[in-house]
Amino acid sequence: MAAITINLPLPVLPEGWSAEKDFKAISSLSPATQRNVEPVGPHFLAHARRKRHKRTFSEDERIQAQENVKKVEDDDAGEISEEEDPLMLQRDAKDWKGQDHYAVLGLSKYRYKATEDQIKRAHRKKVLRHHPDKKAASGKTEDDSFFKCIQKATETLLDPVKRRQWDSVDPGADLEPPSKKQVQKGNFYKLWGPVFESEGRFSKKQPVPKLGDEKSSKEAVEGFYDFWSYFDSWRTFEYEDEDVPDDNENRDQKRHVERKNANARRKKKTEDTARLRKLVEDAMGMDERLKRFKKQQYEEKNKKKIEREAAAAKAKEEEAKRKEEEAKLAKVREEQEKAQKADAKKAKEAAKNAAKKNKRVVRGAAKDANYFHEGGDASAAEIDSVLNDVDLVITKVDNEELADLTAKLNGKKGAGEIKAVFVDEVKRLVGAGKMKEGEAKNFS
Amino acid sequence: MSDEEESPGRVAIGISFGNSYSSIAFTTSEGKAEVIANEEGDRQIPTILSYVEGEEFQGTQAKAQLVRNSKNTVAYFRDFLGEDFKSVDPTPCHQSAHPKEHEGTVAFSIRDSEAESENTVTVSEITTRHLRRLKNSASDFLGKQVNAVVITVPTNFSDKQRAALKKAAEDAGLEVLQLIHEPVADVLAYDARPDAKHADKNVVVVDVGGTRSDVAVIASRGGMYTILATAHDYDVSGAQLDQVLIDYFAKEFLKKNKGVEDPRENPRSLAKLKLESEAVKKALSLGQSASFSVESLSGGIDFTATINRSRYELLASKHFQSLKRLVVHCVEKAELDVLDINEIICAGGNSHTPKLSRSLADEFPPTTTVFAPTLSPTAINPNELAARGAAIQASLVEAFDTDDIEQSTHPVVTSTPHLAHAIGVLSISGDEKGAGVFTLMIEPETPVPVRRTAHVAVPREGGDVLVKLCEGVREIKVTKPEAKPKTNGANEDEDDDDDDDDDDDDEEEIREKVWKAGRVLAEMAVRGTKKGSKVEVQVSVGAELDVQIIAREVNGKGGTRGMLDKPAIAQNGSV
Ligand SMILES: Nc1ncnc2c1ncn2[C@@H]1O[C@H](COP(=O)(O)OP(=O)(O)OP(=O)(O)O)[C@@H](O)[C@H]1O
Repeated sequence: MAAITINLPLPVLPEGWSAEKDFKAISSLSPATQRNVEPVGPHFLAHARRKRHKRTFSEDERIQAQENVKKVEDDDAGEISEEEDPLMLQRDAKDWKGQDHYAVLGLSKYRYKATEDQIKRAHRKKVLRHHPDKKAASGKTEDDSFFKCIQKATETLLDPVKRRQWDSVDPGADLEPPSKKQVQKGNFYKLWGPVFESEGRFSKKQPVPKLGDEKSSKEAVEGFYDFWSYFDSWRTFEYEDEDVPDDNENRDQKRHVERKNANARRKKKTEDTARLRKLVEDAMGMDERLKRFKKQQYEEKNKKKIEREAAAAKAKEEEAKRKEEEAKLAKVREEQEKAQKADAKKAKEAAKNAAKKNKRVVRGAAKDANYFHEGGDASAAEIDSVLNDVDLVITKVDNEELADLTAKLNGKKGAGEIKAVFVDEVKRLVGAGKMKEGEAKNFS
Repeated sequence: MSDEEESPGRVAIGISFGNSYSSIAFTTSEGKAEVIANEEGDRQIPTILSYVEGEEFQGTQAKAQLVRNSKNTVAYFRDFLGEDFKSVDPTPCHQSAHPKEHEGTVAFSIRDSEAESENTVTVSEITTRHLRRLKNSASDFLGKQVNAVVITVPTNFSDKQRAALKKAAEDAGLEVLQLIHEPVADVLAYDARPDAKHADKNVVVVDVGGTRSDVAVIASRGGMYTILATAHDYDVSGAQLDQVLIDYFAKEFLKKNKGVEDPRENPRSLAKLKLESEAVKKALSLGQSASFSVESLSGGIDFTATINRSRYELLASKHFQSLKRLVVHCVEKAELDVLDINEIICAGGNSHTPKLSRSLADEFPPTTTVFAPTLSPTAINPNELAARGAAIQASLVEAFDTDDIEQSTHPVVTSTPHLAHAIGVLSISGDEKGAGVFTLMIEPETPVPVRRTAHVAVPREGGDVLVKLCEGVREIKVTKPEAKPKTNGANEDEDDDDDDDDDDDDEEEIREKVWKAGRVLAEMAVRGTKKGSKVEVQVSVGAELDVQIIAREVNGKGGTRGMLDKPAIAQNGSV
């Protein structure tokens, strides 16, 4: 063959690419498919010449050559696999509408799933067996009724429109949904899966999602039920129509039947929609996954709520604790204050007592010093005057000064010493501006 | 003829032997195949024999006997040859002699002699008689005794059937050089045209005959043919198309003649109806309307009517649809896509029907060439394809002795490994830098050994280039049209239109065939290429899948070469 021209350019050799003799073998070819070339045409002659050139093939090779070749033709010989019900074989072809077309062709186990190819093959097999000429050959009566049934079945199933009409009402394909009891005892998925698969045949949208199993994700399960809630069905009920009279004579009659049929179809369609809706609802009611998802969702929601509540409770608790502590602290402080107050009172009292005592000592000192009267008893006036001055001093000093004064007077004997202490005190008080010079005449 | 000297005494023709029609063809001294007309001027000779008082009629004359003499008329018997009675379908013979069981084979009870009694004539004997008539017609035409033949058979003809046919032909004095498959003969007839292009291609042959339809997907590689898949259908056929017209005219007749017996219920009326309906069908292949006319159709009433083509097309449309599905199914069986199909050859008489080929063409992309009389001015008469192919093959092999032919056509010679994947090189496309695009050199399903050469451009500046050899994987890229934004509110009342919407969407979907690089086989460098030059890459795959690759600058010196070992895994056809 002439060289092919490729206009898209080859890539530039990558930087650093190198190989021995500039060639890198990377992989062998994938294994080939053994097929027969047709021994036809001038080019085959060349092929045969090349292949047979100076060669003889052994018997083994000749046998093997045939065996290895990939088959192109389907095996047609297949026997009819389905048992033929003797009652079915006796069917009257006139009653073809009532026959199970799939059973007639031996396709009961395929039904709406049977491919066009399968139907054609099944038809041929049945014809080969039931053609009236075959029966005549085996000495049986030439009854072609079942043969006609076969033709009717084939006619129905090979016409896409007629097939849909039949499939719509094929009782053999209907699957009763399982009851609640069955589901409780058995496996939900095994029981419902085939029901949905069977119902799915009516879906305009294909493929139809699968029921799945307990491991299916929430999205898948929700998608599944969503699909079924908005199911778009092609199911029709024409097949069950009453025959419309075929002659032109009876127009009114014809119109009447047509109207009746149209109504019946509509009614059945409505019923079917309702039936499916209930079926889906029932399944949903039994689907543990939905319950689980609901629970999970509830728990999810609840979890948040609980968390929130817990947080609130905790905050409250902490607040309470804080308050309690505060109260405790306050109490302690109060008590301390109280104690302090009490102490202060005591101290005050003590100080008062001490002052009294000291006053008494100070006054006593004056008495001890015989009111500073030398010799003999001092006159009342003198006493009065001295005590007045002493009291004056006492009023002028605070408790501490009084205590100091008391301490100074302590141990002092003799009027002179004592008087000196008083004089000093008065001097100090005058110095501090608390007394006026000469105010205490006796101690100046 | 030079061949005459090589094989003295051998005069070979091609025969297509159908259930409905047969044809004979020979190859002229210029190597052109021509179909021969018999004494009555027919090139399509009905495969029918009829006996009237011991006299044998064949072809059109015999066909006419279906009305008056159906019991002694044998038709539609080809498929019975070499079969047990229990595996034949007698349906096509409802209006002629019925097949019956005879010593494990099929036979007919007919009065084929002057005697009053019926004779049991086996299907082999009938075939012999038919082939003898064909041989004689050819001999008369050629002016010399024909004694050798290539006959076409369906692809699902069993070995037993082939043996029976061979025997029947030999009994008729015809040496069978070869039996070849009908669809392959059809392809050969096209490929033998002087102006035919011999590119590698995938061809679908659709043969809609009188009693059956056969589809074959054939890989044509370097002039060698391999059947990848076939489909056979006995429910889509010329007889079914005839039936459409039979029913139509019967109903029209009954409308006009109330109370008269339905012509379909009376064997003789039905035979007339059938013959005329077939004639109307053929007339509708040429004209926009055709008239139907039968004398004394039923109840002694003559009936004439006309029908136009579109009416017929409408009535027959479910059969066209069914044929389309059959063809697509066969393409799928070959693990191909409609986009992989380069050519469709419409064969069989019904391919004259304009709507049939047009509706097929609609199923395929515009890149697929459809050869049918109404679609292509260069189409060969679909009735003649098989006979022509057989005649060409006869001219190719007539010089060999039968044993030699036998040896060459044995599976030990024909059984050949075919590449599972395409082979090609990586190139750089305009827009993708770096990542290469796979460019095909050898198609998948090419039988080995094979050698292919490609001249590949170099980058603008020339220089060192990389040749990367890969296997290719074909993918179908589907581009969905962008979903039209729908206004929610409006949508709800339009529920009923949903269906139509879906269809629209489907139509807009764009499907493309793209090659992707698969397994990398080898890398090699070609150094110092000149600006604007090309690199020649030659890939040779050996009989055991070993590979030799040579890459060099065109007109340059040196170059790079290398080898790949054969795969370790044993090749096996039974995948
Ligand atoms: N011009 C035409 N237009 C339409 N149909 C035609 C035309 N010519 C022939 N036919 C139909 O083609 C059919 C015959 O085709 P063909 O010659 O290929 O038959 P065959 O190979 O013997 O078929 P089979 O073996 O399936 O019976 C018949 O149904 C015939 O009516």
